[in-house]
Amino acid sequence: MSGQILATYASALSLLIGSGFITVGVIGLLKFNDPMTRLHAPTKVGTIGIGMLLLASMLHSFAIGSSSMHELLIMSFLFVTAPVSANFIAKVNIHRRTCETPPAPPRDDTWSTLNSPEAEITPAPLDPVKEPQTNV
Amino acid sequence: MVRRAFYWLLPHPFLTLLLAVVWVLLQNEFSAGMAVFGLILGIIIPWGTSIWWPDQPKGFHLGRMFTYALMVIYDIIKANIEVAWIVISVPNAKLKPAWIVIPLDLVQPEAITVLAGTITLTPGTVSADLSNEGHSLLVHVLHTDDPDGVRDEIKTRYEARLKEIFI
Repeated sequence: MSGQILATYASALSLLIGSGFITVGVIGLLKFNDPMTRLHAPTKVGTIGIGMLLLASMLHSFAIGSSSMHELLIMSFLFVTAPVSANFIAKVNIHRRTCETPPAPPRDDTWSTLNSPEAEITPAPLDPVKEPQTNV
Repeated sequence: MVRRAFYWLLPHPFLTLLLAVVWVLLQNEFSAGMAVFGLILGIIIPWGTSIWWPDQPKGFHLGRMFTYALMVIYDIIKANIEVAWIVISVPNAKLKPAWIVIPLDLVQPEAITVLAGTITLTPGTVSADLSNEGHSLLVHVLHTDDPDGVRDEIKTRYEARLKEIFI
């Protein structure tokens, strides 16, 4: 059963690589001192760290003879949801001004997070032609 | 006529396919009955929820999306190693984080979502915000000497390909 032994070694190797990247991610989370740079560490854990652990799980399930495809689903759901949470943390940072204020966009007025609702509620000056009609 | 009937039955053909594949993967073993039931679910769910998602995506190239996904996975692995090296070797004082503004040529919300997701999944860059009318994307870079180079790379490497996927 050399194939089984090979799969065991391969899953052990990917476990090592995955946990290595997760360790680096945690070091980054502890080391950086700015909320925005700190946000970069979890993206690493979320992609290659978890990916290698799931690959190890898949290789192991093939090695013991009961193949499993759930890991592919976990991976794809993680890839879809991880950017959303990262985006929300970044938006909170911009909103609470805990990071450098970003430069203004070239074409539009401002970034949507900095777009305060008060600016839109303030009424526009009424059209002088329509004004008598609204009073009637 | 046939085309209209097809889109009445399957408002989102790719969603139908995706739901069927996810159903088969969830069962963890393949059989014809599973596939048929997955297809039934894939027809019923988009049909029932089409009220909340009225617009059909105009054009979508599945084959190009597949090669794009392979390229992104390769980039993720490459960027992971680079960023891991930055985390370990660059001290905080020498770190050069930067905001990058990417002017968008993409118009469809789906395409912009995929682009923002790709940027976040690639370590070293996080997409933070969209301008209030959706013409530019704000990206935070962990460590770079050349912010304009990063912007041009994202535009040529990802956005140009996404323009060919979502037509």
